[in-house]
Amino acid sequence: MIPDLGYIALGFAFGTAVYAAVAAWYGHRTDQPRWVESARNATIITLPLVALACFLLIVSLLRSDFSVEYVWRVSSRGMPDYLKVTALWGGQAGSLLFWNFLLAVFTAAAMMRNWRRQRELMAYAIMVASFTQIFFLGLSLFIENPFTRLAFVPPDGNGLNPLLRHPGMIIHPPMLYLGFVGFTIPYAFGMAALMSGKLDDTWIRLTRRWTLVAWLFLSLGLILGGRWAYDVLGWGGYWAWDPVENASFMPWLAGTAFLHSVMIQEKRDMFKMWNMSLIVLTYCLVISGTFIVRSGVISSVHSFAQSAIGPLFFGFIAIMFVFSVYWLSKRHEALKSENHLNSFLSREAAFLYNNFLILAILAVVFLFTYYPIFSELITGEKGFVGPPVYEQATGPLFGVLVLLMGVAPLTMWYRTSAQRIGMGVRWPALAALIFIGVLIVLGIRDWRALLGLWIVSFAAILTLLEFWKGTRGRMKAKGEPPWTAFATLMGRNRRRYGGYWIHMGVIVMAFGIIGMELFQEQTQIRLTVGDTLSLGRYEMQFLGATRFPGPDDLLITQATVDVYDNGRYVGQYYPRTELYTRTNQPMTIPDARSTISEDFYILMINWEPTSSDQATFRVYLNPLVNWVWAGGIIFVIGTLIAAWPDRKEELVTVSRPHQTVLAGGD
Amino acid sequence: MTDTMKVSEIEPTELAPAMETTGKRGIRWTAVAMWAVALGVLALLGWGLIKANAPRPEVGEVAPNFTVEFFTGYEWQGESSVALDDLRGKVVVLNFWASWCVECRYEADVLENASRQYAPDEVVFLGVAYADVEPNSLAYMQEFGVSYPHAPDLGTRISNSYEITGVPETFVIGPDGKIVYVHIGPINQTTLNRVIAQAMEGGS
Amino acid sequence: MKDRLRITDYGLPITDYRLRITFCGLLLTLLFFTAGVVVAQTGEVTDDEVNAVAKDLFCPVCESTPLDVCPTKACADWRELIRTQLAEGKTRTEIHDYFARQYGDGVLADPPKRGFSLILWALPVIGVAIGGVLFVRYVRNLRREGDVVAATAVVPANPSPASAASVPQPATPLEASGDYVSRVEEELLARK
Repeated sequence: MIPDLGYIALGFAFGTAVYAAVAAWYGHRTDQPRWVESARNATIITLPLVALACFLLIVSLLRSDFSVEYVWRVSSRGMPDYLKVTALWGGQAGSLLFWNFLLAVFTAAAMMRNWRRQRELMAYAIMVASFTQIFFLGLSLFIENPFTRLAFVPPDGNGLNPLLRHPGMIIHPPMLYLGFVGFTIPYAFGMAALMSGKLDDTWIRLTRRWTLVAWLFLSLGLILGGRWAYDVLGWGGYWAWDPVENASFMPWLAGTAFLHSVMIQEKRDMFKMWNMSLIVLTYCLVISGTFIVRSGVISSVHSFAQSAIGPLFFGFIAIMFVFSVYWLSKRHEALKSENHLNSFLSREAAFLYNNFLILAILAVVFLFTYYPIFSELITGEKGFVGPPVYEQATGPLFGVLVLLMGVAPLTMWYRTSAQRIGMGVRWPALAALIFIGVLIVLGIRDWRALLGLWIVSFAAILTLLEFWKGTRGRMKAKGEPPWTAFATLMGRNRRRYGGYWIHMGVIVMAFGIIGMELFQEQTQIRLTVGDTLSLGRYEMQFLGATRFPGPDDLLITQATVDVYDNGRYVGQYYPRTELYTRTNQPMTIPDARSTISEDFYILMINWEPTSSDQATFRVYLNPLVNWVWAGGIIFVIGTLIAAWPDRKEELVTVSRPHQTVLAGGD
Repeated sequence: MTDTMKVSEIEPTELAPAMETTGKRGIRWTAVAMWAVALGVLALLGWGLIKANAPRPEVGEVAPNFTVEFFTGYEWQGESSVALDDLRGKVVVLNFWASWCVECRYEADVLENASRQYAPDEVVFLGVAYADVEPNSLAYMQEFGVSYPHAPDLGTRISNSYEITGVPETFVIGPDGKIVYVHIGPINQTTLNRVIAQAMEGGS
Repeated sequence: MKDRLRITDYGLPITDYRLRITFCGLLLTLLFFTAGVVVAQTGEVTDDEVNAVAKDLFCPVCESTPLDVCPTKACADWRELIRTQLAEGKTRTEIHDYFARQYGDGVLADPPKRGFSLILWALPVIGVAIGGVLFVRYVRNLRREGDVVAATAVVPANPSPASAASVPQPATPLEASGDYVSRVEEELLARK
């Protein structure tokens, strides 16, 4: 009964989406705003309908209704309730439904928030957004229906994939989905602007905020994904340049480029075509990324199993690509803006350099990610590109990008004198050099590390100086105490200082990444009870292992080890291996002595035999790895600061459409 | 809302009347580049999809040709290397296995018995070790006392061209070089006999 | 392909459990009850030395998982082979070459610099170089136009009418951006 209701709700949602698209088109065609309004209401109604479907699926999961195939696939009676809820996105059909829910949330939010101000764009935005909804709801309804019944009712289900039972993995997919789905809205507004020919900067304002929101979620998804890999996958790292990771990293890069270059258009009314192309590119990367992840075109650890979705999805991508490029080239003339640069040393030039670098990184990652297909197409053999190649190619580009990130805030719009930049850069460069000198004295000799650390610390000093200059300016001018001055500074110019926060986050992460990439140490050894191993300053003594059943079908083998830092006892740690007996899926859960300077990361290896008095351990010394997470948190805070709605800006947008209508009526 | 303008009706050319600074050629060039990139990526994705969704050479298709270099002691009629095409006119039972594969052990004896059952001129059994290390392969063959030809899959090429989904997997190829039967997982005596008979009939 | 042997699937329906289950099951039973058998003592080659070589290899059975951390039996066999070869005195490069010959170039994390895979090095370098040249030319072009405009008028000439309709005409550059003004103030204050 409940699943049937869910099915019906999904069917109605599909119906409303189709209606919305048709009504928006018809209303616009025949110039009847009532129809467009009705279309808008339909898109809003889609949300409760999809939400109802999700809710009913969750109810089925909670009730362990194994007559539903999906419930049988991803859950089992013994699973705790919170896992039953999150099993909603634990499999193909459910995650697609969840995806639809998020898409409906974004669409409804965009319709409610931007309705009154951007009427002219709305008919088109509804068409684009609804078309996307029709596609994904159609997939959910006709191909991957989560409410499909089994012919019989099995006594128990398969249970959720163990990898998805980790807290990091529970929230990682929704964040990633939010990021992916979120880009539909800026794309819809961009396309609406293109189709309507209303190419002033209204769409830019709309799009920028929505892009920032989507970008925030995508960043969160990437960071959480890294954390999850570090905690669960058990290989001591957080990023493997896996196709699935790249699939979300590439739109993130394009979105980053857009968020920067859009400022040139806002301030100087230049590069309209370029910005429009960037948002279209971001969206195309989102959908093709989803495609390669879900269709198994490039196989990878995470690929969804082969499914019927592939060809349909390809059709959707093809339509979206052709549609986007058609409108871009059609409106090319109208998007032409008079672009000129007054100086190579200007803020706008700096943004252009930024775009060049980011797109270069994007192109490289794209080439490497798709290389297996290229290679098979040409040589017949499926090639493979491993992390070292990615690192070699993108490392230098990232280095220059961070350098630019430090220097760019010193530039000003229109032009900046070289002398001025030189003055601003001189002391920080020297300070960073002194820092490097200290490192050399401390024994670091790797030139890549030294160069990287110089760049990063140089950028760090410059970014901190930006905060300092601003705060001191306010203190002097308004006589405010430092913290008030700092707070008001952030509050007054959220976008700018939020941006610098983000830069700071990237810098802190960069320290961590350099530490991990260039100074990670590891050792693997088989220990008998009482034996010790040592790595760097650390010593670890093996005290024994026990095996006991965990919740559900879990069998845990846990080792107990004492860890000593420089001979000082710092605690007992419990690395373990887990075996989900129903599916016989093994997992390796590390434990780590975690400090600000490094992690002593302990794995008990599950492919070597373990007994109560013998086990094989793999330990890693991960320098500065916590800086990566700390940087991630700073990064997210910065994005929140920048994305927080700003009342002043809203007012500006409100006054706009009025003029447009008048101007259009001329 | 009657005053809502349909901006779309205004042609972009009207909106941007004077384009004196940039010539039309430059414009077309960007458009061409955009189309090229979009269609190029589409073609790539489409091709990738076709590859990913065409799982394996199917029954009735000509079996992809390959050349194998046999393990020492497991040659075919004294030849150290042979191409599949050289075996035209004979039924070929191509079996993918590995020493680390548990299920392969279930069928090893089945295959060995079958290989002795048929005349080597009529039915050629050919074992291909997938992603296996040589010492283990040799130990495995010794353990099961296999007598028919075995070869390593050099470069993992044969497995790739047959798009195997794992091991064990067995292809029965008719005398005309066409695939008669594909079996995923361990094969049993009855099935094997039936399809070999079928292959021999089909060829004659 | 080879889904059945994938150990770290992202949680989506695994098409065929058959092989995985039996294979993992047997592997684990073997491991738990025959402790010590697998770690054959081949000379004094340490796990670390083996892992250092295995780190940059990927076996076809578990794609995208480096050999040094891959738990399948196939990978354990490969590592043992590395151990044997190291004991025989082979170098890292020789072992990598051997594996590439035996199992295809696809097992190397760092594809060999020959044949088609050269594009992995050539394209980024050539691409960034050509892109760089085009970009510099483009920017210089913009710069030249910028000079012309700056010479004739301070106002950015003729913004496209679409935006002219809605955006108030940009004033002189100095006033165009509030950000700039605040910036100047700030800088002045900072310098005092």
